[in-house]
Amino acid sequence: MSAELAAFAARRLFGALTLIVVVSAGALLLVRLAPGDATTDLALAHVDAATLAAARAELGLDQPVTTQLGRWLRGLAHLDLGRSSTFGRPVADLVGERALNTAALAAAALVCALAIGLPLGIMTGARPRGALATVVAPVSIAFVSCPPIIGALGLMLLAVQTGWLSIAPGALFLPMLALALPLAAMLERVQSQATADVVTAPGWGAIAARGLPTSHILWIHASRQAARPVLGLFGVILGSLFSGSLAVEWVTSWPGLGRLMYDAIVSRDAFLVAGCALTGAVLIAIGNLIADVLRGLADPRVRTV
Amino acid sequence: MTAVLLARSLRQRVGIALLAGVVLLTLAAPMLELNPPDAQFADRAYAPPTRLHVRDATGFHWPFIYRRQLDDRLMRSYRDDLSRRVTLDWWTGGHLWSVDGADGPLLLLGADSLGRDVFARLVQGARISLGVVLIGATGALLLGAVIGGLAGSVGGRLDTILMWLTDLVLVLPGAYLVLALRGVLPLKLSTPTVFWLMGTLFAVSAWPTVARGVRAIVATERSRDYAEAARAMGAGRMRQMRHLLPAAGGFLIVQAVLLLPALLVAEATISVLGLGFPGPTASWGNMLQEATNVSALARSPWLLAPALAMFLVALGVHLAAGHRAGPLASSR
Repeated sequence: MSAELAAFAARRLFGALTLIVVVSAGALLLVRLAPGDATTDLALAHVDAATLAAARAELGLDQPVTTQLGRWLRGLAHLDLGRSSTFGRPVADLVGERALNTAALAAAALVCALAIGLPLGIMTGARPRGALATVVAPVSIAFVSCPPIIGALGLMLLAVQTGWLSIAPGALFLPMLALALPLAAMLERVQSQATADVVTAPGWGAIAARGLPTSHILWIHASRQAARPVLGLFGVILGSLFSGSLAVEWVTSWPGLGRLMYDAIVSRDAFLVAGCALTGAVLIAIGNLIADVLRGLADPRVRTV
Repeated sequence: MTAVLLARSLRQRVGIALLAGVVLLTLAAPMLELNPPDAQFADRAYAPPTRLHVRDATGFHWPFIYRRQLDDRLMRSYRDDLSRRVTLDWWTGGHLWSVDGADGPLLLLGADSLGRDVFARLVQGARISLGVVLIGATGALLLGAVIGGLAGSVGGRLDTILMWLTDLVLVLPGAYLVLALRGVLPLKLSTPTVFWLMGTLFAVSAWPTVARGVRAIVATERSRDYAEAARAMGAGRMRQMRHLLPAAGGFLIVQAVLLLPALLVAEATISVLGLGFPGPTASWGNMLQEATNVSALARSPWLLAPALAMFLVALGVHLAAGHRAGPLASSR
């Protein structure tokens, strides 16, 4: 059984590595094929041809794309991500800190959303026509319709008008809330539906007939069965967390990967773009890997996929 | 479609009414906007919304406004001239309502930093934003239907390759994908170029969800008797796909509706980063760019009007789509 699980994890790990290499190499190619490069500013400043040629040679822009890509991939094998042309520093140093910030924001938002959304969903799903569900369902739909970028702007307005939240750059609570609220609402809806489906299934009566306390059945048995739809959504949740955090980081000046990636792309800093894409892909791959293994643990049917 | 029209619950009816209202406002934009969306009123930077009154000390009247004067340019404070009522004109010059130029401008939702009419930009921006989102959604549906349809009806190695590609794009965060693709193009582009470009980028980043669903449906249909019959009669791959694809129709309609809020957010994100439409063009995302300035937002909360509009569209979609489908797909 555990060998089967290990094989499943190994297959997913191989898929994750492919994803990481394809995405970061694709990003490098994309920037090289784009109009303009890191020396365009120099060229526009009318520096003499020798200086320009020297700058291009230093950045490796005088070589064909394939040579540069090959060299970058070889460097990657030694965890060397090259140097940033705008900052003049190794890409790995620049990217590491920002990636940690983005990961911290995403993780905090995810934990917060799970802590609010799942228990609420189980409670509303157990009694879909109860008082709690009547109140929570419309609130949830409202928050689901409030994507992070809108939530962040709304919370900023609330913060400057009431002073309840800090808007200082680096304050975690506001960006986390903007990301977590729509996610918590979505989790509540999905978990509620899943719990309601389990509770109305024929097997439910059989468990109840054994005389277990209702709360025990609900929180132990039903919640485990109802976890599958939520775990299946994990990939989508991760993608939406990262997508949302791009806008939220920008609006709330959170020093994450998003702004670095933007600066890198706009200044045609090929290695830095590739480095950002690489770390982003690594974060996503790790998240998906954890979710896959959890799914494999919860549902043996997934392991053969 | 009939499933959408025959709303089953009050919730769905409210959702459809909300969406219908937005569409109506968008179509009626030229009639509703009192000022040109790109006109800058020199003395009206960050001017608060003009109040509509129906009543003063002498009793009730037809809707009227007071003339507004700039009190202090530095503090951006304005004073209403209470001595004279300016009654609105109805149905003149092709506008539903208007005031004489000398008494105006009438700014229903206030003005932005350049003294432009936020309401006019909101209704004009609805055309641009919803337009680009529709282009993107249509493209994503077409791409998804063709790729998913091919993978599902042909099967074999093509299926494996196409689904590998689908999964690859699916795990990438859409916003980053659009940022990377848009970022490598020149920063300053004309409005029509940005319009078609953005539509294409949205289609390119949003098709995988559609493709997966279509593939699953088509693959199931392939084992049905009618598909078997078509194959037995010698139908080629294209003809088989033509028979199989209609089964995914309902799914495609739901996807089209759910893509609306997701792509509106994508437009807003790209515009807030400064890679959207050029300055004078009004789009919802473009307008929100100004609201990211905290001090401007604190003084002029009406800058968030497009955020409220986007929220209402998303709410309409989620209410109309029903709670089962809604939260799942909107998250991308």
